[in-house]
Amino acid sequence: MSNINQAGSADEQQAPGALVEWEQRVAGYAGEPPFVEEPQRLSAIAAALKDAAIAAAIAAALFLFFIGFRTDIAIGGLDLTTRWQAFGTAIVVVFVGRLLFRILLWRPATKAGTRPLLLRAFGSGEGTPLSEHFARHSKSVGVVALVAAVLYPVIILALFPMKDKQFIDLGVLVLTYIMLGWGLNIVVGLAGLLDLGYVAFYAVGAYSFALFAQFFEVGFWFALPIAGILAACWGLILGFPVLRLRGDYLAIVTLAFGEIIRVVLLNWYTFTGGPNGISGIPDPTFFGLEFARGDDNLPGLLGIGYDSAYKQAYFFYIILALAMITNLVTLRLRKLPLGRAWEALREDEIACRSLGINTTNTKLTAFAIGAMFGGFAGAFFATRQGFISPESFTFMESALILAIVVLGGLGSQMGVVIASIVMIGGFELFRDFAEYRMLIFGLLMVIIMVWRPRGLIATREPSAILKERQTISADMVAQGEGH
Amino acid sequence: MTAQNPLLAVEGVETYYGNIIALRGVDIAVFEGEIVTLIGANGAGKSTLMMTICGNPQARKGRIVYDGEDITHLPTHDIMQRSIAQSPEGRRIFPRMTVMENLQMGALVTDGASFDADLQRVFDLFPRLKERQHQRGGTLSGGEQQMLAIGRALMSRPRLLLLDEPSLGLAPMVVKQIFEVIKDLNREEGLTVFLVEQNAFHALRLAHRGYVMVNGQITMSGTGAELLARPEVRAAYLEGGRKEAAE
Repeated sequence: MSNINQAGSADEQQAPGALVEWEQRVAGYAGEPPFVEEPQRLSAIAAALKDAAIAAAIAAALFLFFIGFRTDIAIGGLDLTTRWQAFGTAIVVVFVGRLLFRILLWRPATKAGTRPLLLRAFGSGEGTPLSEHFARHSKSVGVVALVAAVLYPVIILALFPMKDKQFIDLGVLVLTYIMLGWGLNIVVGLAGLLDLGYVAFYAVGAYSFALFAQFFEVGFWFALPIAGILAACWGLILGFPVLRLRGDYLAIVTLAFGEIIRVVLLNWYTFTGGPNGISGIPDPTFFGLEFARGDDNLPGLLGIGYDSAYKQAYFFYIILALAMITNLVTLRLRKLPLGRAWEALREDEIACRSLGINTTNTKLTAFAIGAMFGGFAGAFFATRQGFISPESFTFMESALILAIVVLGGLGSQMGVVIASIVMIGGFELFRDFAEYRMLIFGLLMVIIMVWRPRGLIATREPSAILKERQTISADMVAQGEGH
Repeated sequence: MTAQNPLLAVEGVETYYGNIIALRGVDIAVFEGEIVTLIGANGAGKSTLMMTICGNPQARKGRIVYDGEDITHLPTHDIMQRSIAQSPEGRRIFPRMTVMENLQMGALVTDGASFDADLQRVFDLFPRLKERQHQRGGTLSGGEQQMLAIGRALMSRPRLLLLDEPSLGLAPMVVKQIFEVIKDLNREEGLTVFLVEQNAFHALRLAHRGYVMVNGQITMSGTGAELLARPEVRAAYLEGGRKEAAE
């Protein structure tokens, strides 16, 4: 007994050194306010301006000869031309660039308290305003995003009659990746199983619809559930051999699985058409009505006249509905024992087993359900393109989907949406600079991963119903073991 | 509690890691309503025995009988659904889940009918968990995490509670508090506890009976007080920084 008392009293009586340190710290807090005063920020901006001006002056001195003058070979010697406009532009670029760099990114060496603006907004250090904002308003953000998505084709049709097809098509593409991201989020984000071959299920879904359409002439709506079920079966087939694997090893096996599916599709010429792919995949109908010319078809019956943009809009609403189903199922499952078990599995597999959770079944259901949504998306992809070939199901696709999930924040539904819009929308935006595209995206990914190592939205929404919500940023929580 | 069958019986169990033997024929009996402790040095095989009872790794020889049923070769999750609960070594709570969610995970194997009562019971035992129910598990202190691990185990309404080193890395005051709770659970609710500990002094004071494990074998057994009085036990596990404690 005595040792307990001793230990207790030793606890209370701190070492003299610690006490002095503590008092010093308290004294340190007492004096100054814990925030930075306004003049200091002004002076920080003034310093940044000065710094930018110096940089611009150096640039001017250098560029005068590099850019300002141009020599061409002419008869009787060299011909000197001046290029004051380019010279001026270069100096302005240097000035503005340096200024922005200084204000937004750099931590000024002089004063520790003044954090640069961008770091304050996105920093993963003390406050994490972005993710906490989302955590607090996630419901309303979701509703707004959904309303925006529903109105998107209407707005595009009204505002951009010339480019409507292109814009709606872009929306369809983004939504397809959102759906794939949500599907993969079940496997990677919730269950914590790193899957690098997700595109395999996308391919299975696409080929099951295409082949069913080719051999049995079934329509999209009939083939959709079949594609999902077949993809889920393949999810189980992948799941069994990898049950004991985690992390890196799992990633390699799933990567191989994705390649196997693609190579089989490529080489099984008699069945899949090999590299020629399958064409003539039918469009989805609307309760038996088609989106085509003619009075018997839907546009004719509605009396709105044929416009191929309407078909695009129909595709848009189909994929929106499919994606929302994926989302709702995921959100619902998270609150059920199965979804809980997935998340627990991600956190700690041994603890899971010690609580009587059958980890085998839990992993297999994660693979199967994730694969099923991949299959749905694949069937949709087939009907939208009308033509599929193994070209569409390369490892790049898997990597892109995984990048969307990781950048968005593992397990975060809204993160996937944002990451999809940024990535896919960005890809289209930079189509003109195709050769720099990968460079820009590589850079973007590195930057996001440095600033927000757990993805854009790292806050995990608790699934238990709480009276009051208190979120603690995931950045402050140690990573669960096992992956 | 006298001449009945033990609730948990470990009979001649041998466990291997690959070709390396970890348990060399261990016999242990835990009767209903008892606190039984297993003490031993690092690497003696204490945690291996705990894991073998839970079926991972499974025993290569011998039997493990729980409540009259041979559970030696059942998979872990099947064993853990049989009114056995474990608070694993190193606590192993779910760090990104809230305290409440962690507790719900513990109740996953039950039908959920008694959830509210079980939750209340855990909160009564560990008021700290109630205060922190919305907080993420990973942000709790070590002692709170251990409380959570035990609370989570209790949520499945076990008859037998397996505790693997609950004092690991905790301040002496917290250890005392946790052992107090274990004692109360046993005395007031008749919960059977099998406790694996390095903290021999506390464990033997708490337990009705104890076993000492050395190198994969049980070398001594007896009541807690008996073992505490044995000079070998004191020499090996108690004296050395704790001289006055054993008196």
